[in-house]
Formats: sequence, C-alpha cells, structure tokens
Amino acid sequence: MDSFIGLYNYWIVCLLMGIGFYIVIAHENLIKKLIGLTIFQTAVFYLYISMGKISGGTAPILDDKWQLYSNPLPHVLILTAIVVGIATTALGLALVVRIQEAYGSIEEHEIQQQNAQDQLECQLEAYGFKKNHILSPKSLEE
Amino acid sequence: MTALAITRLNDLFAVVMLSGIYSLLSAGLFLDLDAVDVAFTEASVGAGISTLLMLASLKMVRRHEEKTRYKPMLALGVVGATTMLLIYGTLDMPHFGSAEAPIHKHVAPRYINDSMAEIGVPNIVTSVLASYRGYDTLGETLVIFTAGVGVMSLLRVSRETKEQEQQKVPADMQQQIILRIVAKMMMPLILIFALYVQFHGDYGPGGGFQAGVIFAAGIILYTMLFGLSTARRVFKSQVLQMLTAVGVLIYAGVGVVCILLGGNFLDYNVLRHDPVHGQHLGILLVELGVGITVATVMITIFFKFTWRTVKHKYLS
Repeated sequence: MDSFIGLYNYWIVCLLMGIGFYIVIAHENLIKKLIGLTIFQTAVFYLYISMGKISGGTAPILDDKWQLYSNPLPHVLILTAIVVGIATTALGLALVVRIQEAYGSIEEHEIQQQNAQDQLECQLEAYGFKKNHILSPKSLEE
Repeated sequence: MTALAITRLNDLFAVVMLSGIYSLLSAGLFLDLDAVDVAFTEASVGAGISTLLMLASLKMVRRHEEKTRYKPMLALGVVGATTMLLIYGTLDMPHFGSAEAPIHKHVAPRYINDSMAEIGVPNIVTSVLASYRGYDTLGETLVIFTAGVGVMSLLRVSRETKEQEQQKVPADMQQQIILRIVAKMMMPLILIFALYVQFHGDYGPGGGFQAGVIFAAGIILYTMLFGLSTARRVFKSQVLQMLTAVGVLIYAGVGVVCILLGGNFLDYNVLRHDPVHGQHLGILLVELGVGITVATVMITIFFKFTWRTVKHKYLS
C-alpha cells in the first residue's frame, strides 16, 4: 500500500482528465464543451509539471545557494502550451460566436435539428417538390 | 472541487467565473511544484485573458445552458472506464518527487549543469526555451500567429459598426471616476512591469510569453474603461495586425541571420565573437519577437470580440 501513496499526483491528473472528458461528451452547450477541454488541458499540464518536480529541489534558476533543481524541460513545454492553449481557445470561441449568429443557438441538438431540416428540404426539392409545399401536412401524406 | 462545480452549474456566467478561480488555483499549484515561469503564465493567461474572452463571447450567446435531454449514465460509464484505465496505467510510474525518475536522466542534467557555461543565463527555463529548443518556440509563436489570423478572419468588423461606436465611452463607466483615475495611474505601472518581465526573463521568472500577456492585459483594462474607439485611436488595427507578423519575422529573421553568418538556423553563437554574448543577444531578440506577437495577437483577439458585441448591440 505504501508504494501506491507516492502516485497520488497521477491520480489527481486522471480525475481531472475524467471531469474534463465528461464535460466534453455529456454537455451540449458549446461553451461548456470548450471549458471542459481547457480542464482536460490543465490535467495534462499538471501531469508534466508534477513529473518534473524533485522533492527538496527548487525552481530552475541557477544560484550558488542551491544544488538541486526541478527539471526545467516540462516547464518550458507547458509555458508555451498555456499561451498556445489560450490562442486556440479564442479561435474556438470565435467559431462559437459565428455558430450562434448562423443558427441562433449553441446547443448541439438544436444545431443538428436545423441541419437535418435543411438537408430534408434540399432532398425534397431535388425530387421535384416545390419548396412551399414541403412543410404542409398535405404533401407529406402524398 | 471547482472543476466539479463547473460540471453541475447551468449558469454559464458562474461557470466562467469558476474557471477563472480554477486557473488561479492552478497557478498556486504550479508555484508549489517549483514551476515559477509556468505559474506566472497561468495566472496572467488563465485568470485574466481567458476569463475576459469567455465573458465577451457569453455576451453574444445565451447565458443559460439547456438541460441535457439524455441520461448521463452512458457518458459517465465511458468516462469512468477511461479514468480507471488511466489510473491502472500509472501504477508502474515513478513516484512523485523522486529524483531517480527517467525524466531526470536524459537531457535535463545537461541543461542544469552546462547551461550557465554555454548560454550564460541563470534562468534555465529561458535558456531552454529560447536557445536549446528554439525551433519549438518558433513553431509555437507561429501557432499563436495563425490563431490570431483565424480569429481576425472569423470575426471581421464592418466600417459601419465602427462609425456607430465613434466617440462613445461605456455609459456606466463614465461615472466611475475613482476607477478611471486609478486605472490611469495603473496603466504605466502595468506596462513598465510588462517590460521588466520581458527583459528580466534571463535572470528571474519571465520572458516574452508572460510579458506579452501582461502588456495585453494593461491595454485591455484601458479599453474597458475608456471605450473601444478611444483605444482604437491609440492602437490602429492595421498597425496591430502588422506587428503580429513582425514578431514572428524578428524570430525567424534572427535564425536567418545566424545562417548568413555561417552558423546553423537559430545558432546564436555566431552573432558575436564571444559565444556567450551571442547567446545573450539572440535570446533577447527572440524573446522580443515572441513578446510582440503574443501581445498584439491577444489585443487583436480582444478587440475583435468586443467589436462583435458592439455589432450585436446595434442589431438587436
């Protein structure tokens, strides 16, 4: 049991990943999905940073007083990943805004409903139905 | 815990606020794990800029999330299984904080032991970021630039919208005299701090990425209090868009100059007669390029989002 306690940092990472993953697949709101993705992303950040930590070490800025430093490599990777992350999140938000303008909604099922409707109308039109007849119950009975 | 609350709430405004708190807590955690540079970035990006952008886009969409129609059991099952598998995968990982872990065996000792002699910069994170792994950072700067271009093309602003907003200061901000005066006093301090972070990155935590974000935060504060058209007079959008490219070009240009002087791409040793001086100069220029790109991309993205909210205001 003692050997498992030292792994707790990975378990926190797994838990956070699980939460982020759950938000992404179980919620229909696109902004909520993006927030889920960022939580997933921070889980990966924790994974890297916690692997770079050495007990008793200090921040990797060279100084005569210290001998033991934490690993600087994950810090570099994650530092840039955070800024890239915000840039891509901004791109995602811009897409969400455009979707809202095009569909009037950012709920996934409403968007899919509208898509299905559009597709149906296009197909019926291709088979020779007049557009204004499509939605009347009479034309559906025929 | 904060992450859990985010999943439960339907009010998106509260969710966004909570994610800001979550970022601030992460910054504290990074600090605890000795990653000072990362904590710095997370605090300024996560708790500052990303919360703002989320709020700006919330203004344009509905505030409340709809209740999901499906039973979440299936999703919960999938997530539970994945998490379990991941935890099973960690069982033979090295322990937290152990110095014998494989991650500390390969390139890290070289960075820690030799970077002072080779680069001459006390902050190892900076020397790895700008010199040893200069290619990666160039790529990441390009990604940020591309994301900026993407947002610019997705959220274009027409001239009419800009004219309608002309000469307007946000009405409820006009009365906030204390806020405006304090902000006016803070502005130079924030900008000087950003420059300090930019040029002190060699010796302490900091560098182009953090400085860029802080600089952008200062400008954004100004914009929020004094209105978009006032800010636009100071920061012309053409100039901003040009500068996003200039940052990347400075970075890549340093690499090309290195080739012309007979070295490899981004090999700063040839920039001066003394390799350590060359490295200093190279890192300084490269960080400057990164800082310019990050700052201008962040400002541009914020401007585009707020212009869009202005447009929505006049449409409705």
